[in-house]
Amino acid sequence: MENLVQIALQNVNMAAILPSLVLTCFGMGLLLINVFLPRGTTRHAVWISVIGLVVTGFFVYTGWGNPQYGFNDAVANDNYTAFFSVIFLFAAGLTILMSDDYLTREGYPVSEYYPLILFATAGAMWMASGTDMLTIFLGLEVMSIALYVLAGFFRGQLRSNEAGLKYFLLGAFSTGFLLYGIALIYGVTGSTKLTEIGIYLNAHGSLLENPMTLAGLVLLSTGFLFKIAAAPFHMWTPDVYEGAPTPVTAFMSAGPKAAAFAAFLRIMEYCFFSLKPEWTAMLWVIAVLTMVIGNVIAIQQTNLKRMLAYSSIAHAGYALVGLVAANEIGYSGILFYMLAYTFMNIGAFAVLVLAGKKGEDNLTLEGFSGFGLKRPFLGVAMTVFLFSLMGLPPTAGFAGKFYIFAGAVKAGYIWLAVIGVLNSAVSLYYYLRIMVYMYFRDAEEDYAWVSLPAAAVISIVIALIGVFYLGIIPGDVMEMAKMAIF
Amino acid sequence: MITVYHYMTVAAILFAMGTYGVLTRRNAIVIFMCIELMLNSVNLTFIALSSHLQNMDGQVFVLFVMAVAAAEAGVGLALMIAFYRNRDSIDVDDINLMKL
Repeated sequence: MENLVQIALQNVNMAAILPSLVLTCFGMGLLLINVFLPRGTTRHAVWISVIGLVVTGFFVYTGWGNPQYGFNDAVANDNYTAFFSVIFLFAAGLTILMSDDYLTREGYPVSEYYPLILFATAGAMWMASGTDMLTIFLGLEVMSIALYVLAGFFRGQLRSNEAGLKYFLLGAFSTGFLLYGIALIYGVTGSTKLTEIGIYLNAHGSLLENPMTLAGLVLLSTGFLFKIAAAPFHMWTPDVYEGAPTPVTAFMSAGPKAAAFAAFLRIMEYCFFSLKPEWTAMLWVIAVLTMVIGNVIAIQQTNLKRMLAYSSIAHAGYALVGLVAANEIGYSGILFYMLAYTFMNIGAFAVLVLAGKKGEDNLTLEGFSGFGLKRPFLGVAMTVFLFSLMGLPPTAGFAGKFYIFAGAVKAGYIWLAVIGVLNSAVSLYYYLRIMVYMYFRDAEEDYAWVSLPAAAVISIVIALIGVFYLGIIPGDVMEMAKMAIF
Repeated sequence: MITVYHYMTVAAILFAMGTYGVLTRRNAIVIFMCIELMLNSVNLTFIALSSHLQNMDGQVFVLFVMAVAAAEAGVGLALMIAFYRNRDSIDVDDINLMKL
């Protein structure tokens, strides 16, 4: 018995989960502190969670170049995890900074909001660090359950209720597919460890020999493609993004999407590397569908949150191109793109957060008439983020798309790259339309309700710095992304 | 003789029934029950395979799936109550505020 305990303890390595452990402690501590403070005070929660994210960031930083494996090889805290953790921490930090005044304005100054974001971030970090199906599944669920609550956070608002309920029903549905896929793969290979699955599948041949592998692969991919909002599993995205509180939408479109990519990429590379021709063929179709559907439907939208939701579907399609390329530059391109997308998309949502009235009925194209001239700082910031989303130099979006399409070309997918570039051209239309309304329409209002709270401005400025830094000197971060992949 | 194939077949049928229910039913709670049916069919698959392979990993997985399903049920039912309070219905056809 003592022997057993010793063996078990040897396999535990807390260093492998240190960053997420710290973050979870901050989240739980914050929940506890909230109990002792009067309801309606939220300012302390903002700063405690930001401190928590910074401390976590320090532990992520110390983990770089110093891979730790623990829990019987179920968790790996390697460079890959560290890179993605930085993305999640930025997504959470920018979201938290823009949230406080928004929550007060909408009438829900509830401090439980912040721990939920921290827990979702911790779940995302477990997804990125999981090297066992079990860890990945648990991370996915920790993240998703926190997000279901966040999407339905405004419980008195029917729109938010609908978003939460819809996200919950479809999310749980997709979890069922993911789990069935894991079960079938487990049945074929006799293991839930990614490396062991990979070794078995590499030794035991093709998909056609064993239909159970094929079914498992397809079901597993379905679960993840749902989470990254790829077509044809994207139907929930616009409704949930529109109905959820705007900062939550910003967070959902960046952090959890990157987390799903992290886990999906690791699973594909560790488990299914021997079946690469099969799954790249499948993902080729899905990447094209996702880009086209996202961009074409975004053209018709007049509600800006909904438009950005479709644009986020399209961006998931661009990132999938990197997965199809399945080479070094494609994979590191995904990492780079997810970081770039975090800055530009959360920045754009931060401008929407500040521009909205209570209830947010004015977040339409018409509601933005003349906004850029009346509110120059927000107008310029929005312009930069939109340029980045379009993929114009010298912004982060350009560098990200460049790397991803370069990876596709290098892997021989010329047509895929061409379709991707054409899609970027289509996206110019609806992004530029926002700017046309912002600058070339006469203002019908003076936007007197727009204030510039310090925290939200910090969030926008950080996003701006990120967009320009990644756009002007992408080399450093790209080198790190290359070191981060396997 | 009941083999692992029989268990797998039953689980597959249950999973298909759950999926069909999610797609056709209109009451949110019934849909949620169908999702639970899917998760339990997965559990059955795991246990059958675990016993067949003489490997404990699958059974451990089932325990975690059950715990997660319980947490999910807590959040999901709360969301349904919040929706019911504002809409007096849990029919998914009434989740129609946002349209294309």
